[in-house]
Amino acid sequence: MKLHELTAHELSERLASGEVSAVEVAEAIFARIEEVEGQVDAFLALTRDQALEQARQVDDRRAGGEKPGALAGVPIGIKDVLCTKGVLTTCGSRILEGFRPPYDATVVRRCRDAGMPMLGKTNMDEFAMGSSTENSAYKVTRNPWDLDRVPGGSSGGSAAAVAAGEAPVALGSDTGGSIRQPAALCGISGLKPTYGRVSRYGLVAYASSLDQVGPLARDVRDCALVMNVLAGRDPHDATSADIPVPDYVAGLTGDVSGLRAGVPRELMGEGIEPEVKAVVEAAIGQLAELGMAVEEVEMPNLDYSLPVYYLVAPAEAASNLARYDGVRYGHRTEEEVADVYDLFAKSRGEGFGPEVRLRIMLGTFALSAGYYDAYYLKAQRVRTLIKQDFDAAFADHDVLISPTSPTVAFGIGEKADDPLQMKLADICTIPVNLAGIPALSIPCGMAEGLPVGLQIMGRPFEEDLILRVGDAYQQATDWHAKRPAL
Amino acid sequence: MPDVSREVVEHVAMLARLALTEDEIQRLQKELGRILEHADKLQAIDVEGVEATSHVIPMTNVFREDELGESLDVDEVVANAPDVADKFFRVPRIVED
Repeated sequence: MKLHELTAHELSERLASGEVSAVEVAEAIFARIEEVEGQVDAFLALTRDQALEQARQVDDRRAGGEKPGALAGVPIGIKDVLCTKGVLTTCGSRILEGFRPPYDATVVRRCRDAGMPMLGKTNMDEFAMGSSTENSAYKVTRNPWDLDRVPGGSSGGSAAAVAAGEAPVALGSDTGGSIRQPAALCGISGLKPTYGRVSRYGLVAYASSLDQVGPLARDVRDCALVMNVLAGRDPHDATSADIPVPDYVAGLTGDVSGLRAGVPRELMGEGIEPEVKAVVEAAIGQLAELGMAVEEVEMPNLDYSLPVYYLVAPAEAASNLARYDGVRYGHRTEEEVADVYDLFAKSRGEGFGPEVRLRIMLGTFALSAGYYDAYYLKAQRVRTLIKQDFDAAFADHDVLISPTSPTVAFGIGEKADDPLQMKLADICTIPVNLAGIPALSIPCGMAEGLPVGLQIMGRPFEEDLILRVGDAYQQATDWHAKRPAL
Repeated sequence: MPDVSREVVEHVAMLARLALTEDEIQRLQKELGRILEHADKLQAIDVEGVEATSHVIPMTNVFREDELGESLDVDEVVANAPDVADKFFRVPRIVED
């Protein structure tokens, strides 16, 4: 196998044994990027010189007798929503064109400290708002399985890069499904950790009560390896939890016998494409064969997840995005302005794309006097009902299982003009963010020749358990080993 | 499908400090109307006695000692600003004469 086809744990073994050097790995990945990036367009910026320098340092440390961590020398792609010191960080938006952060996000620093060379910044829907990466102000990323289809979003660049062999692993962020849905559509594995499990310092905020950073990778073992680097308390993020972090790799025992799985009926309803549903049902059957007890559960309030999300997330976004005003960083209008308010309004009107403007307007409306109680507060109260449905389901189930996406990858442009249709792409993933729980997406079969994702949801801070289930499934099947013919 | 009135769109755009073109105002009237119609599904739900979610994971205030730490370099921070004078951000006049 070629180096760019290997998983992070396979690379890790070869690096530790001295079979390959970190520089050789980095060069092989950049050669692959050169080969296919013209077709996939996964990256907004490449950081080749920096990556090779980092790789050299890892090789020097190993040559000096040191044993750097398991991922030292394994390169990583970083979603452009994460601040990288001195390296372009745009969030896929014109309003941040040319922005070079003066600091690293904590997760970026943790990856650097782990010796992971940074390949570059991956494309995304503007400010992580979207499910296809078509909302990027810069380029359209293509699905490596079918270049006429979207990779999903908003972490579409990260997912496409991993699927295409342009990165062994990548970081994404997930507010309503933005790690899991593109992972599903690109046939890879992706984890949204529990709210508070991973630091968000340096993550450009979209919706602060929902956002989490997590890994996208070729298999669950790689997700566990990256989580060992990412997870843990950060004094720079007051919402990061002070709860011990287990060794996620050690938890991959392959043994799931006796675990109880629930399948929420509301996530297997008529919104799910029949072919996708059939593949997911077959995968659930395989989990039962591995010794899990599977039964249907009812979670009636999940039906309200979408309207709740489309009030809560834009409201938080409207507040968070107030910082883009053309004063401290980013785009400033060159038009004549009457006063400072005119400067704000014109800079923002020019700098934000249509979907971001829509969500800012929606969120501002939902928070405005006279509408706050009826929309925002009501949504936060229904959100509590959704959370209670999860609490009840987890009282007698260890994990919950559903499709990740109701469809396989759709065509580029197919849903771009229909925001409401686009939002339906997230019906199975949004409830997870509203409840703050962790969830994993793994490939579990093909429909119409395209990958289908299985979502495994867990109790708060039980990433180890859902990773164990996902890994056990991958030990018994080989859907995760399938690669697109590029 | 109900349209949101032009006045509401203009008022909200003012609150959001967002300059909109004429086309955009019309687009937003339609799209906001559609999404709010969808959101109205929530109105029928009985939430009597249900508290609004503030934190999904139980959390308490986080305190720390007020100690001096490393700060970002001022020149690096202002380097991203569109208009800077002597390490200050420059904006149009705010206060009237």
